[in-house]
Amino acid sequence: MARIDLVDLAHSYSGNDAPPESFALKPVTMTWRQGGAYALLGPSGCGKTTLLNLISGIVTPSRGKILFDGTDITQATTQQRNIAQVFQFPVIYDTMTVGQNLAFPLKNRGVPGPEIVARVKQIADLLDLTPYLNRKATRLTADAKQKISLGRGLVRADVAAVLFDEPLTVIDPELKWQLRSKLKALHRELDLTMIYVTHDQTEALTFADTVVVMHDGRVVQSGTPAELFDKPAHTFVGYFIGSPGMNIVPAQVLGREARIDGHTIALKRSYNGLSKTAKIEIGVRPEFVDIATPAPGLLSANIERIDDLGRARFARVRVGDAKLAARVPPGFSPSGDSAGLVFDPAHVHVYADSLLVEGAA
Amino acid sequence: MSVTLDHVTRTVDGIPTIRDVSLTLERGTLSVLLGPTLSGKTSIMRLLAGLDKPASGRVLVEGKDVTGIDVRQRSVAMVYQQFINYPSLTVYENIASPLRVQGRPKEEIDRRVQEAARLLKLEPFMNRTPLQLSGGQQQRTAIARALVKGADLVLLDEPLANLDYKLREELRAELPRIFEASGAIFVYATTEPSEALLLGGDTLCMWEGEVLQHGETPKVYRHPDTMRVAQVFSDPPLNIVGIEKRNGSVVYAGGGEAPATGLYAGLADGAYRVGFRAHQLEVANGAAGRHVFPATVSVTEITGSESFVHLHRESQNWVAVLHGVHEYEPGERLDAALDPDNIFVFDAANRLVAAPKSS
Amino acid sequence: MEKTVNQKAWFLVLPVFLIVAFSAILPLMTVVNYSMQDTFGNNQFFWNGVGWFKELLDPSTDLGGRFLASVLRNLLFSAIILAIEVPLGIVVALSMPRQGWQVAACLVILALPLLIPWNVVGTIWQIFGRPDIGLLGYVLNKMGFNYNYVANDLDAWFTVIVMDVWHWTSLVALLCYAGLKSIPDAYYQAAQIDGASRWAVFKAIQLPKMNRVLLIAVLLRFMDSFMIYTEPFVVTGGGPGNSTTFVSIELVKIALGQFDLGKAAALSLVYNLIILIVCWIFYTVMTNAGADRPAKESVV
Repeated sequence: MARIDLVDLAHSYSGNDAPPESFALKPVTMTWRQGGAYALLGPSGCGKTTLLNLISGIVTPSRGKILFDGTDITQATTQQRNIAQVFQFPVIYDTMTVGQNLAFPLKNRGVPGPEIVARVKQIADLLDLTPYLNRKATRLTADAKQKISLGRGLVRADVAAVLFDEPLTVIDPELKWQLRSKLKALHRELDLTMIYVTHDQTEALTFADTVVVMHDGRVVQSGTPAELFDKPAHTFVGYFIGSPGMNIVPAQVLGREARIDGHTIALKRSYNGLSKTAKIEIGVRPEFVDIATPAPGLLSANIERIDDLGRARFARVRVGDAKLAARVPPGFSPSGDSAGLVFDPAHVHVYADSLLVEGAA
Repeated sequence: MSVTLDHVTRTVDGIPTIRDVSLTLERGTLSVLLGPTLSGKTSIMRLLAGLDKPASGRVLVEGKDVTGIDVRQRSVAMVYQQFINYPSLTVYENIASPLRVQGRPKEEIDRRVQEAARLLKLEPFMNRTPLQLSGGQQQRTAIARALVKGADLVLLDEPLANLDYKLREELRAELPRIFEASGAIFVYATTEPSEALLLGGDTLCMWEGEVLQHGETPKVYRHPDTMRVAQVFSDPPLNIVGIEKRNGSVVYAGGGEAPATGLYAGLADGAYRVGFRAHQLEVANGAAGRHVFPATVSVTEITGSESFVHLHRESQNWVAVLHGVHEYEPGERLDAALDPDNIFVFDAANRLVAAPKSS
Repeated sequence: MEKTVNQKAWFLVLPVFLIVAFSAILPLMTVVNYSMQDTFGNNQFFWNGVGWFKELLDPSTDLGGRFLASVLRNLLFSAIILAIEVPLGIVVALSMPRQGWQVAACLVILALPLLIPWNVVGTIWQIFGRPDIGLLGYVLNKMGFNYNYVANDLDAWFTVIVMDVWHWTSLVALLCYAGLKSIPDAYYQAAQIDGASRWAVFKAIQLPKMNRVLLIAVLLRFMDSFMIYTEPFVVTGGGPGNSTTFVSIELVKIALGQFDLGKAAALSLVYNLIILIVCWIFYTVMTNAGADRPAKESVV
């Protein structure tokens, strides 16, 4: 278990003198506490895999330092860093059985035989692999192989951190649930620092205590799933997290009111002194906008489509040029194409140039 | 124009991949093939397209037997999970390629390519090659190429599976509009129930080479004919508990007896299995008329908008989904509850005998 | 897999079929005919039935004895060159660079021996090994070895083996290199993370992944070496004596030297049969080893 510090870490695949904007990872300084469960979340090309590879040692950074428990390991090899990594597709040694696969890292370090047997048994029990210890590893399904990959990482008692690079990509949806819960349970039990890279927000939010949202090589926001959901610091976070994502609508904001399309919406906080030149938008999650029968006091919208997800219904509506998603309250059936929108003021946020504005109480 | 599979079977290396499937698809419809991997979705699509010949049974188009007729003579287009485009051609040329093969006049090609590009929002990229595009744009190019052909049957085999979560969401929101504009028969294969629900149309629920149920998507979702259909069409996985009804009460496996109210009331005495989706399982809300089960939390997963609470109760593992953030600690005890009007009941042969009344 | 049937394809095969019939099947029938006659070719045929075959397969006869001896020589030769070329090829493939301009340079250098016509290869080594004007022969003799491939059995074998290794190791190396390149980087990264030594990486990752490719290499080299003719013939002519007289050379001696067409025809048919059997064995082993078992077991 290690505390990981990133100090002004940055990387460009075209060398250090490349223009700053072209860096795959722009300078970042962060601390990840020992035993924490972290997720790096973002779309393709946001730099999350680059960051993971920098931590594991596969890539040496163009700039900056990485510290494990205070020791500078920026120049250390992957082996020396003592980390474990689970890749997108299962990586197992074909010629060995499951047990031999799990024992491999310990054998390479010259751990005595009986200790290897005990440790392999312990990890196999944790991962429910015990009945298969003597089977040839190639014969098992993808999810079992991923467990073996994971087991090889966990079998070393002093592993500094476990890194996951989109590990559930090849797993069936039903098994994803079980594997995800298993990872979370493992984290609790073993108290390891775990870093999980994914573009799937459900995976990130369910697994991690702290989610690091990345976009275009930058860390946009880092916080608990609840924080990211309730108070996105950037419109990108609002858009990326939540299915459907946050509605971002241009508006005029003054005091405790926002005006959209001639209608006024009440806000919980007061916003004064907003820059006249900035792009002002309000952001509100579809979960906090309800559709209702059209009424004079409500913002009117055209319903384009209703999506029925079984456990919730969302309506896709249009207000002027803007498209929004809104919740359809249980039991409500819209009559016709028009609806009124009811906003929950506590969850309407104001953004200037895509950044959250705090406002006064 | 309709396509029919008549009692087709298919065997690969001695293993039956399709067991006696019969179905008919009508013009202008969207059918979703929903099932886990290796359930036969791709095999069915290949049989519909004419890429494979069934071991027995017939394939009919408009009533005419086309079994064994090569795919090149059929009016079919296919989009794959891996973005398949001609790497050396520009986007424009990629989309135009099927029309060029058909030998259409130049103005017609240009008009149809522009229309397809507009539909798939590819206009800014017409001069790029596929390698210069992102994954989402490459897949849009593949879809445009499939649509421009004007084929009567368009097959999409998990086309969004290799895309980022958000891209998948966006493209999926646009697909219904694109399908409607085209008017062909669309068949879309997926492993995710939420995709089936979002796309609408009809759903064919598949399992181990058989079509278990074929009907309108909301109907299949709300009225699964068998427990297997309910299991395939649930994400998170379906919760199941056995019950026995006798003398006006139900006894749950693992303990707990309650009066046979709600949907239980109309059942004959005997053993049944009750299935309930994660959102049908309630937690600690004290609502009236519920059947209550003391349970222990094993783990809670929080996404912000929802919380998935994994419960352990008498050697059963259930999962409940709740709105908002609920931070239950592992090991915490709480009461899970079922509304007897909001469950699915299956008999000993796993057939549906009771389901919630639809709203 | 049963694809939909298109009958027109048969017409495309017809021209090839006719050409193969003329150039291969008809002459083959002639050989079969000859193998059952006693003839010197001047259109006089005496029926011998399976006589030649019986004689061929009986080591106590002159023909049988020579045949058996040459087959054993061939087997010994194939065994030796496989034992040298396969490990050497693997080592070369492992040492080759994976990226950059060096890759192209290496590939070209490796390919060069493979592009030289086989009799030219023989000629090169014939001159190379001569004690008077050949660099190898001269240097070896100057170093004190009494090297003369014309007079000494062991030296002749040595020369023929070294020549074959020089000629064909590149093929094994190139095949292994292709096999190595197909291994995803993640495997090496995982091995690094697991702390595997260089040898462990080879044993656990590279060798298993190269299995298919190695089988192809072994099959090809065995077949080629078992049929070898040109190179040793040019260098040693089968000598000294008959120490490097392989089956093919023996065959030519009988057919063209003695003009015993019946015996030669029988020998060539049996030779052909041996090679076919070996190929079939290798093919079966290869396809079975490569086949993935369809039934996978789920663990969750």
